[in-house]
Amino acid sequence: MSAASQPNRASHSFPAIKSGNAPAGIQAQFDLTLPSKRDSGFRLAVDFSVPGSGVTAIFGPSGCGKTTLLRCIAGLQKTEHGSLVVNGETWHDRERCLAAHERPIGYVFQEANLFPHLSARGNLDFAIRRAATPLSEAHVKHLIELMDIAHLLEQRPDQLSGGERQRVAIARALLVNPKLLLMDEPLAALDNRRKQDILPFLETLQSELELPILYVTHSLDEVARLADHLLLMEAGTIAARGPLSEVLSRTDLPIDLGDDSGAVLGGTITERDEQWQLARIDLGGAQLWVRDSGEAIGATVRVRILARDVSLTRTASDQSSILNRLPVTVRSIEQDRDKALALVSLVLPSEATLEGAENKEVENKHKAGNSRCLLARISQRSVHDLNLQPGDQIWVQIKSVAILR
Amino acid sequence: MELSSADWSAIALTLRLATTVTVVLLLLGTPIAWWLARTRSRLKGPIEAIVALPLVLPPSVLGFYLLVGMGPNGPVGQVTQALGLGTLPFTFAGLVVGSVIYSLPFVVQPIQNAFQAIGPGPLEAAATLRANPWQRFVWVAVPMARRGFLTGAVLGFAHTVGEFGVVLMIGGNIPNQTRVVSVQIYDHVEALQYSQAHWLAGILLVFSFAVLLLVYGLQHQRQRAGLNLGV
Repeated sequence: MSAASQPNRASHSFPAIKSGNAPAGIQAQFDLTLPSKRDSGFRLAVDFSVPGSGVTAIFGPSGCGKTTLLRCIAGLQKTEHGSLVVNGETWHDRERCLAAHERPIGYVFQEANLFPHLSARGNLDFAIRRAATPLSEAHVKHLIELMDIAHLLEQRPDQLSGGERQRVAIARALLVNPKLLLMDEPLAALDNRRKQDILPFLETLQSELELPILYVTHSLDEVARLADHLLLMEAGTIAARGPLSEVLSRTDLPIDLGDDSGAVLGGTITERDEQWQLARIDLGGAQLWVRDSGEAIGATVRVRILARDVSLTRTASDQSSILNRLPVTVRSIEQDRDKALALVSLVLPSEATLEGAENKEVENKHKAGNSRCLLARISQRSVHDLNLQPGDQIWVQIKSVAILR
Repeated sequence: MELSSADWSAIALTLRLATTVTVVLLLLGTPIAWWLARTRSRLKGPIEAIVALPLVLPPSVLGFYLLVGMGPNGPVGQVTQALGLGTLPFTFAGLVVGSVIYSLPFVVQPIQNAFQAIGPGPLEAAATLRANPWQRFVWVAVPMARRGFLTGAVLGFAHTVGEFGVVLMIGGNIPNQTRVVSVQIYDHVEALQYSQAHWLAGILLVFSFAVLLLVYGLQHQRQRAGLNLGV
């Protein structure tokens, strides 16, 4: 998605959504057992805090309790023991528990859950009428444009495609003017092409609204593209949490990400090479050459480098088809789940100042990408042959870099 | 037309009774249907069974208990007398009470099914859109269950028009009070006035057929709508 196609940021502000002076962050603690699930009952026991801004992805395998956690936060799931404080407001503690309709949330369900007896416009009006702080007409219009649904408003939900329904549902959740947006696998019910249609809308949301988002998904692709912060769940507990790039570059994750293992980094386009159709990305010291996909110089991008696409060498040999060779320091080496493989965490060279850091929005947008680590997945034999040790200065060759945006 | 003024007054009374009963049933049946559709209480089974009893009970049995219960010595009769209302049997009000009980399942069941068909999704979505329970009921559940309401109302009305046994037991045969069409037909036949019985019977037959046609038409429409949603 090119920067030019993004709606103009300067002309719209969102005063109702901006956070006040209350202490930021979401502190949650829940302990419940669901008797209705199969077997002896499913137990969710979590106690965590995440930042009160940006996108926090709740990621984990099916059945790990992601959706249950989100429903607890929304107040849709009754919990006897729990507490929840969102940016300084107590929603749930020992004395009281706000019902779902008393919480300033927006909720996007896996199935759009539009009201079938109302048109798309009727669905939106349902939210607009009930917004805690009424939104201005310009704001409403802007959100409708943002989701590109102006031409669908007179249709009934059963006349819309799955992707269109979900866009209406997202707009509906935003029009109630929430202080926290909860999204439960909003793309899971869509086929791959529709997913690709909607992802840019979600990215625009993330960059445009100052609205904390909790995003449940089991797709690491969505995590890599959207999340700033990651909450990794397994069997009803939190397995790991932290800034996205920090969690993803850990070699000791309790969940095996397999071929999806890899680093997500933020950077800025600094140069475009017309002759070879390449663009240079500055990762805050380290430089990468990638295929030019049209981003303007100065645009901020997020890149994903899969661990299996990173190989290690002792010398900076330049007789190779590989474009990107970077000097790095070995941070740690761990045994992979696959006995023949090892996961190596590598620290990139740093620079004192981040380019574009004076722009707070840019910094904000890519706070997820400020970890300086790469991950490489190589054979145990190579570790042995290269005699790799933590602290070693070596070179990486990066075979493939995916620009996420 | 071969209809006498007594026939016309029976028809008018029947329509008045059916309309009153349908209104009462919608007001009474909706909360029962909502509760049955949503509850996980152990009482759900017994309450459902009680609501469904008139489906299997001979009208004479129901009418007998109502007659006894609402009579001067029955528990309901004692209460109505204490309130200065007299006793209900052989009055229009008594007929309304009996018909409401007798037609209850025909109204509760379609509405309950319609409520159940909504599922938790739309109601939860409404809750996250700050609609309180009452607003969720009025603005989501009722409009989504509208076909159930229509089916229930039509069936309740038609079933009240068509009842005979309960009326005979607790209503008797008082012109303009309790003599409805079905009783009037019975009287004609007893008096060997077959031609007048034919007229009234024919009217009821056509009416009942038209009602069932309407109900099944509604159901088919719903199924088609369901298929569209599924695609």
